[in-house]
Amino acid sequence: MLQSSNVKSIEKVVIRFSGDSGDGMQLAGNIFSNVSAGEGNLISTFPDYPAEIRAPQGSLSGVSGFQVSVGKNVHTPGDHADVLVAMNPAALKTNLKYLKKGGIIICDSDSFTPANLKKALYQTEDPVAELGIDPEHIMLVPMTTLLKHTLADSGMDNKAIMKCKNMLALGLVCWLFDRPVDKVLAKLKAKFAKKPAVYEANEKVIHAGWDYGHNTHASMPTYRIESDEAVPGVYTDVNGNTATAWGLIMASEKSGRPLFLGSYPITPATDILHELAKRKDLGVKACQMEDEIAGVCSAIGASYAGHLAVTSTSGPGLALKSEGIGLAVMAELPLVVIDVQRGGPSTGLPTKTEQTDLMQALYGRNGESPLCVLAAASPTDCFTMAFEAARIAVEHMTPVILLTDAFIANGSSAWRIPEEKDFPEIKPNFVTPEQLENGWKPFDRDAESLVRYWAVPGMEKGMHRVGGLEKDFNTSVISTDGPNHERMVKVRREKIANIANDIPELKVECNADADTILVGWGGTYGHVLTAATELNAQGVPTALAHFRYINPLPKNALDVLKNYKNIIVAELNTGMFADYLQQHLPGKEILRINKIEGQPFLVEEIVDGVKKNLAKA
Amino acid sequence: MTVTFAPGDFKNEQTARWCPGCGDHAILNVLHKAMAEVGVAPKDTAVISGIGCSSRLPYYMNTYGMHTIHGRAAAIASGVKTARPDLTVWQISGDGDGLAIGGNHFIHALRRNIDINILLFNNKIYGLTKGQYSPTSDRGFVSKSSPYGTTEDPFIPAELVFGARGKFFARGFDITLDTTREIMVAAARHKGTAVVEVLQNCVIFNHGIHTWLSDKEVRAERTITLRQGEKMLFGKNNEKGLVRDGFQLKAVTVGEDGYTIDDVLVHDAHTVDDILHRQLALMDGHDLPLALGVIRDVKAPSYEADVEAQVAEVKAKKGFSNLRDMIMKTQETWTV
Repeated sequence: MLQSSNVKSIEKVVIRFSGDSGDGMQLAGNIFSNVSAGEGNLISTFPDYPAEIRAPQGSLSGVSGFQVSVGKNVHTPGDHADVLVAMNPAALKTNLKYLKKGGIIICDSDSFTPANLKKALYQTEDPVAELGIDPEHIMLVPMTTLLKHTLADSGMDNKAIMKCKNMLALGLVCWLFDRPVDKVLAKLKAKFAKKPAVYEANEKVIHAGWDYGHNTHASMPTYRIESDEAVPGVYTDVNGNTATAWGLIMASEKSGRPLFLGSYPITPATDILHELAKRKDLGVKACQMEDEIAGVCSAIGASYAGHLAVTSTSGPGLALKSEGIGLAVMAELPLVVIDVQRGGPSTGLPTKTEQTDLMQALYGRNGESPLCVLAAASPTDCFTMAFEAARIAVEHMTPVILLTDAFIANGSSAWRIPEEKDFPEIKPNFVTPEQLENGWKPFDRDAESLVRYWAVPGMEKGMHRVGGLEKDFNTSVISTDGPNHERMVKVRREKIANIANDIPELKVECNADADTILVGWGGTYGHVLTAATELNAQGVPTALAHFRYINPLPKNALDVLKNYKNIIVAELNTGMFADYLQQHLPGKEILRINKIEGQPFLVEEIVDGVKKNLAKA
Repeated sequence: MTVTFAPGDFKNEQTARWCPGCGDHAILNVLHKAMAEVGVAPKDTAVISGIGCSSRLPYYMNTYGMHTIHGRAAAIASGVKTARPDLTVWQISGDGDGLAIGGNHFIHALRRNIDINILLFNNKIYGLTKGQYSPTSDRGFVSKSSPYGTTEDPFIPAELVFGARGKFFARGFDITLDTTREIMVAAARHKGTAVVEVLQNCVIFNHGIHTWLSDKEVRAERTITLRQGEKMLFGKNNEKGLVRDGFQLKAVTVGEDGYTIDDVLVHDAHTVDDILHRQLALMDGHDLPLALGVIRDVKAPSYEADVEAQVAEVKAKKGFSNLRDMIMKTQETWTV
């Protein structure tokens, strides 16, 4: 057995819950995360679903995982788990690779039946030995037996009883990490508010799990996880997709423009549609359209009609929307396009994460059609960047593509609920009554920003037509004149470039005086930040620049980067952002760290990547 | 005082750039008149089109308008109307824009029954791309892209409308302008998706495609104009009528073969059951006369009104004052 000791204090811990898709691992993981967040820990979660809705029970392909890191300085869900909960032999087999050396495994020993071992393709009857697991590091808990004892008098049938197994594991983990059971129960009570009998059964089971740990493994160390100092306020936990939806609602409140979403279900973006569909209670019109094209087109119609218009999708859907987005570029209408990136090309890896839509977002339209591209850095940053996307769209009369990804969309963090004053008013560039009196034309624009004015149907004397055909710079009437076209192409380009005057400058983090700067963008922020911190701790001086504004780049970005001897871009693709920077920084060699496995970076991969690049440089 | 409008209020100074003799000129003029009759102000009117000859139309309107991309007019118009139910929204599409590249949006707009007025200009040809067959061209039709004749059957627009559970369908010619104006007005007054098929002549690439039906000499014999509550009579002297013949319709001469005026059917566009409406709409001018006028006009809930009502209901029920209030009341929170 494990060495006995007292309660240990640790900075952060990573726990991975794994089991069959139907085992309720996501729920157990979520409750553990939320309770930890309530205790003041930082959290970062990573749900790792199989692509299949219900793969065969007990099979390797049906294993679902939920990894969470809690504690201090938590910016990622962790490279490897300190504790792995495996509910069956298949989960044990597929998840062992995520366990830290010396980490602890909690496993349901009752699940080691010949049938389960066969389904998980074991050669022997002893999975622990077959996988080479040190028996000292595995807690074999007869979960099924315990469960049946606990609920023997409940009157529940076997199937209903087995559904509570996840709570037994949760009880055990709560004991191990000193989580308050009453808070776990409070969350469960809310979840099963309409099913009191189910709640009562789960309550018993959680206590049983906790007691089992306490009584039989009293010799094992239990842990107290440290907390960060947080900004005072009211907190909740939020995943990236929900935060995106809420950021848009905040932008609607701050702009006075009603929110319209035209969308079509697509993994992993659909939860944005789900959340906004619920938010009819805040006046949101979220419409599930007949296809991706209708999603963007209905949004364009709503935008013309004066709404804050949004369409949400993932990579393949963005491809379908290209022509529509081009129309919004040409008609100079505000439009927010959310692309929750997933593995591609084509259908690719629908449930997995990647950063491979950058080029599509920047260039994936016919003709010269520049637009603003943003990228959110973390689950909670999705709120801020969705707000920013809407602000820029409405104030600069342009489509804005916000890139998030499956990792931050499904991952969650504790989030301080913003107060009224935390976000600025958004000021749409409406045409004024004076302009309308004086012969306003639809493509009249502000001399400095080059933003055209927005006339909304219903305005007297505002009647105007927009469309996909080129317009004359002076008269706003259709024009096929060559020089005029070139002028308009340049005007539209400059209008987007001018957005750089209206976004924050790039801030260098970590060791700004280093010779080497690690560069990231979008959803890898937690990983690159942790890696840069780690590198500095290891004596490799490293600065960090993380980009959330991609087009235009922050005004100071290129000057900042130029000062570094080594620029190393880490990204989940073959080097799209590196190429993009390279084109802006000729003469500087942009070094690269790339991964395209459908999974987020491990911090150690970035740390090693920086070292390898420096060794070559 | 009610403000009234003249056709000129809906017209702008742009010169229409369709070919001389194109049916679109006449339809545009009729639309200006119909809009004046409907009486919704230009500032509260939006005209949305896709791509094609007919889709140039919004540029000749003094209303709000968008000339968009090929096939997407219905989707864009749906967004305009859902966002702003207070606007009167017209969609201008051709047979290619509306039924080929835009077929999906067309049927789904009808299924949702969103309150837009779709003017479907059907000239059975692609004009703007200079003469390819369209989804309404007859089997065997010879065009630049079917030099040996097409080997496919056409859509009958009415059949698509009924298949998509449409609640309003009307048909007119680009030369029977009084009827066409009347049906445009009826379409605008109908709550829900209204499809007006205008059989239109392409003077360059498909000249005379509808002449065998629309020509003055034959029109009375080969078409019938349906009017609500009136007998289904046609012919030069209204001597012919439509009667039931088992499950089918039959054209008879009143007073011959034992048929009297009492046998002739009376048109009711408001009947919910669509069987007779389908039969009327599918008459093609061969054995039975092509039907003009409002064939079907049935009341049903419209999408944007129900969305609006649901928003109001849920808002009132939940009573959240803003985003923060909603989060505080629905999420698990803790204070630091």
